[in-house]
Amino acid sequence: MNMARGEPRWAVAFTVLLALILQALPLPTWLEAVRPSFIGLAVVYWAIYAPHAGGIFAPWLAGIGYDVFKGEVLGQNALALALVAYIAMSLHQRLRNQTLVQQSLFVFAMLTLNEFVVWGIEGWSGHRMSTPWRWIQPMIGAMLWPFIALLLGRTHSRA
Amino acid sequence: MAVFGSGGSRSLGGRGPSFGFRFFVYAVLSVVLMFYDRKGGWLDTARYGLQATIYPLQLAVNSPSAAWRWMKESFASREALQKEVDGLRVQLRDQQLMTMRQAALESENATLRGLNATLPEVIEKRLIGEVVSVETSTLRQRLLINRGGSSGVYKAQPVITGDGVLGQVYRIGPFSSEIILITDSEHGLPVQALRSGVRTIAYGTGRSTALELPYVPQNFDMKVGDILVTSGLDGVFPYGLPVARITRVERDPTQPLAQISATPLAHIEADREVLFIWSRKDHPAAPVSPEALQVETAKPAAAPKATPKPAARKPAAAPSVTPQAVPGEAPATTEPATTEPATTAPAATPGSEAPAAGPQPEPTPPPATPPATPPSEGPTT
Repeated sequence: MNMARGEPRWAVAFTVLLALILQALPLPTWLEAVRPSFIGLAVVYWAIYAPHAGGIFAPWLAGIGYDVFKGEVLGQNALALALVAYIAMSLHQRLRNQTLVQQSLFVFAMLTLNEFVVWGIEGWSGHRMSTPWRWIQPMIGAMLWPFIALLLGRTHSRA
Repeated sequence: MAVFGSGGSRSLGGRGPSFGFRFFVYAVLSVVLMFYDRKGGWLDTARYGLQATIYPLQLAVNSPSAAWRWMKESFASREALQKEVDGLRVQLRDQQLMTMRQAALESENATLRGLNATLPEVIEKRLIGEVVSVETSTLRQRLLINRGGSSGVYKAQPVITGDGVLGQVYRIGPFSSEIILITDSEHGLPVQALRSGVRTIAYGTGRSTALELPYVPQNFDMKVGDILVTSGLDGVFPYGLPVARITRVERDPTQPLAQISATPLAHIEADREVLFIWSRKDHPAAPVSPEALQVETAKPAAAPKATPKPAARKPAAAPSVTPQAVPGEAPATTEPATTEPATTAPAATPGSEAPAAGPQPEPTPPPATPPATPPSEGPTT
């Protein structure tokens, strides 16, 4: 594995920020309903392909940013994304050997987990923030995964 | 999938703490944050700062739509502009007619109240803010405005437009603030029908064209077309700001309460500019302060958490009758002594001035409607 100096830190920072922007971009309601979690996708990608570049800190920070942006309970997305990043990192070697389509299944599970955690916290805090469409979004995210992965793959040299 | 639990961080030795440990640390941190965020307090300060860091991003994200609007305005045709100017001219004339007798009425009102000078306007100061982004989903009806703490905006400050009440400040940053609209499903606003003086609470529905008045008993005087104004009992809004017009009143004989909905007067999705207002403190129309209401739990978390609080606090303002445990009922409207309908400033500042403006055409002083607190969690969710 490539070591610290080769870590695509800037790519991580840039793409996660971009994902945050995509996530926060105001969209018409119908489009908003099917918008996948771009942050989730970026986090999973970097957790698999460069687990040391951002570590868990980057996903967590992105989650905090998103929480401030969306403005309900501070820390809910941070916790969900940190969890997703942790699981993906733990399995990154195995995942790297899978095809992109196989990975999509994992991505689907991760994005669903992400939604589930956030949903649970929203329930606890009493601030519901999204519609039942949220359970569709992971599927769309999983379908986009191969493209996202190829796209993000160009931002760094694979080890 | 199906591969969780294996792997772990075995291969990552020698690189500092394992992922597991680090995840644990961040997870604990998140939970602590969530906990204190719910409790309020010092995290509010942190949030205030964070809001500033995220504001550029919010601006960036909204720049495409802002640019599009700017484009459209720049290339508006002469005819369109001419039409707009004509419309505004008509509007101005109408409003001049409406305010023509204002000064005379004010001095008349002062005489009636036994004052030797007219009262100043209850709105002491105002600040124009521009809408950065609009969020109108069924779960959140919010606006982001380009004014914040550095302009003096405070939490739970009333926000209006030229047409009516828009909402109140929910969260502030140094340069921006988030407004919770009256149509947000977590927002409740104490209102009063201008014609009949009936007071109740208007809840948001999550649709930007509708409010609901769930606590009006069948026999109360409410008609389609009635204008609702703020009642001033919430400690947030001054008395008498127009809120909504009633669009539907259904009385099902089998139900104790009437089904009433109303449309907000403010054009919630169309307005680009909003007004933050500061009301004069000791004015009779000023919002009743929590202290004046003498609620046993003075202000547990009064100011923040914009929404249900006003509703929760309101009932106490209606010193009406013994609180029987009938759930959710229109507070007020019952105590014949204090309810003054249209004219000016009732409710507010019970003690001080308010030389009871005479016997009121109290339309509905019917059976003891208890001040039934719509539970402060209200019809949230």
